[in-house]
Parts: sequence; structure tokens; C-alpha cells
Amino acid sequence: MDPYSLKKLNAARRERRAVVLLTDLGDGRDRVILEGDPVTGELGEAISKAFRSGRSGSVEIENRSYFLNVHVPPPRLVVIGAVHISQAMAPMARIAGFDMEIIDPRTAFASPERFPDVPLYAEWPDEVLERRPLDTFTALAALTHDPKIDDPALKAALEAGCFYIGALGSRKTHASRVERLTGMGISSSAIEAIHAPIGLDIGASSPQEIAVAILAQIILALRSRGLESRTARGKAA
Amino acid sequence: MQETAVTETRDPLMIAEDWMKDGRDVVIATVVETWGSAPRPIGSHLVIDAEGNFEGSVSGGCVEGAVVAEAAEVLEDGKPRMLEFGVADETAWRVGLSCGGRIKVYVERLG
Repeated sequence: MDPYSLKKLNAARRERRAVVLLTDLGDGRDRVILEGDPVTGELGEAISKAFRSGRSGSVEIENRSYFLNVHVPPPRLVVIGAVHISQAMAPMARIAGFDMEIIDPRTAFASPERFPDVPLYAEWPDEVLERRPLDTFTALAALTHDPKIDDPALKAALEAGCFYIGALGSRKTHASRVERLTGMGISSSAIEAIHAPIGLDIGASSPQEIAVAILAQIILALRSRGLESRTARGKAA
Repeated sequence: MQETAVTETRDPLMIAEDWMKDGRDVVIATVVETWGSAPRPIGSHLVIDAEGNFEGSVSGGCVEGAVVAEAAEVLEDGKPRMLEFGVADETAWRVGLSCGGRIKVYVERLG
């Protein structure tokens, strides 16, 4: 491996960016490709596919054998609101392989007794997100119902390009949310990326079931990054 | 999910970079193909230095010895190698690879 490739690869991984190390197994030459770097032809297609699936593997192109090692950051899940749904979501998210954390400035909600096994920040989202910035491998679910808490977090998530953004609330609640976000200078096309009402439409009713619906929708977004069709966006809560 | 946690303290590629900065010669081994139920997924790394120190794994313990031995040769002539380990079920059980999987490991020098 080229020492320059190793440095570039590790730097990208430290920055939580998706990256492929492409090795020509014939001559041993390698190069680092960041997600979004233009690569043409069949090789470009193989690389795009590798980024989407997150799976490493070999490909044969024009009698040359390449190995594509994909490095995708572990998905993070930031939940705004130390509410009943978040309590159910914390163990589920852990089992599904997400690093979940909860932010809620209301200390009565954000108490370690209610959330013993998950990182909990009893602060305003702005403060936490400045120290721990959101990125494209982070999902954000806003569950407080309180615009003072949810809105700044949603704005930050849109700006960071989170792979999933969801907000709890009825269609009516969301309509007024759209008005407020528009007032904050966010474009309507950006606002459309918010899943609201939140969660896949599985008829969820209890907080635990809504947690399943949200997590399922997050997994769908993660596994179809860049491909998500509007039809796949079911609505539940 | 096979995502790599960079926060892992014993990340082989981060260790390889540290070793390189210390001026040590480094060999990187990578699982490039698996058949059956191989113990480590495609893309897993084992990194080895000239003294035979190693970090990471390509099989969870059973073929690391052979890879470390081959690494010395790779350091010597600088030519990458493709190693294939196919383990019969009975042997697999004996050496600890109870799955009977087969793996292909690419071994190359850093720099």
C-alpha cells in the first residue's frame, strides 16, 4: 500500500467520511476514493454500488482484478427529547448497531434514572451539537413536540446533511413547523427532507411501537442512501 | 453491520500509520474473499512489522501464524502475495476455525 493512501484513508475515516480504498490486485497499486469523487465507467459504477451497500469485495473489469475496501463510519443516532419513545428506542437502537445519544434541556425528562444505558445531554441542542457536530452518517429524530427545542436541531440537521431527519407530530403540527422553518430561511426543498409525521406506516400506536416505526425508517434511509424514493416514505406518527 | 469504528483503540490501519511514523517496516494483510462462514468479514486487516509484531486479525486466530511468516518474505522482496486458506471441516475444528470456511488474503508491503 502506498503510504500516502494509508494517510489519506485514515484521515477520511477520522473525519467520519465514507471512503473506498481501491487496489489493483495485478500490480498492487492503490488509490483512495472519497464518496462523491467522480470515477467514470464500469469501475465508477462498482464504486457507487460499494458506497451504497457498504460492502467490500472484488470486481473484474476489462481483465483487471480490483479489490474495493469500503470504510463507512458507524451510524450515529441523535434523538432530541428524553421522552417515552426514546426510552423504548435506546435499547432497540443499540441492538440494531446504532450509537444513540439523547439531548433534552428539560432535566426532569433527561434524568439518568430514566435513561441508564445511553449517553444523555441535559442541555440545549445548540450547545451539544456545537461540541459534537452532526454529519451525513448521523440520523436525527426530533421528538419533544416543543419548537424551542426541536426547531434549532432540525435546522442543524438539514445544514449538516444528516442521512435521516424525522420530526414527531401530526400533519397539522408539521404544517406550522414548515412555516417556522421557512421563516428561519430554510428552503422548501430542504424542508421536504424531514420525515413528518415520523416513522414507517406500520400502524404504530404505543410509544414502543412508534420507536420501532422510527428505527425502521432510519434503517431504510441508511440502506438506501441517495436512492430513497418518495414512495418508500411511509408515515405513521 | 461491518462498519469500522475508528474510535476503536486497536484499529489496525491506525496502528499501521503509527508504526510507519515510527520508521518501522509494515506489512498489511487484507481479507479479499471468503467462502462459507469465514470468521472475519471481507476487508478485515492484520498488520505486521519486521519483528513479527501484529495487530488485527484475518481469521480470528487460525491462519495468522502463516500470514505473519509470509509477511517476512513480502518485506524482503516487496512483492504482494495472494494467500488462500481452505480448511477441511475436521482440520478446521482442530485448529479452532470451527466453521470450515475458506479465505483469500492479500499481503502487501506498506511503501
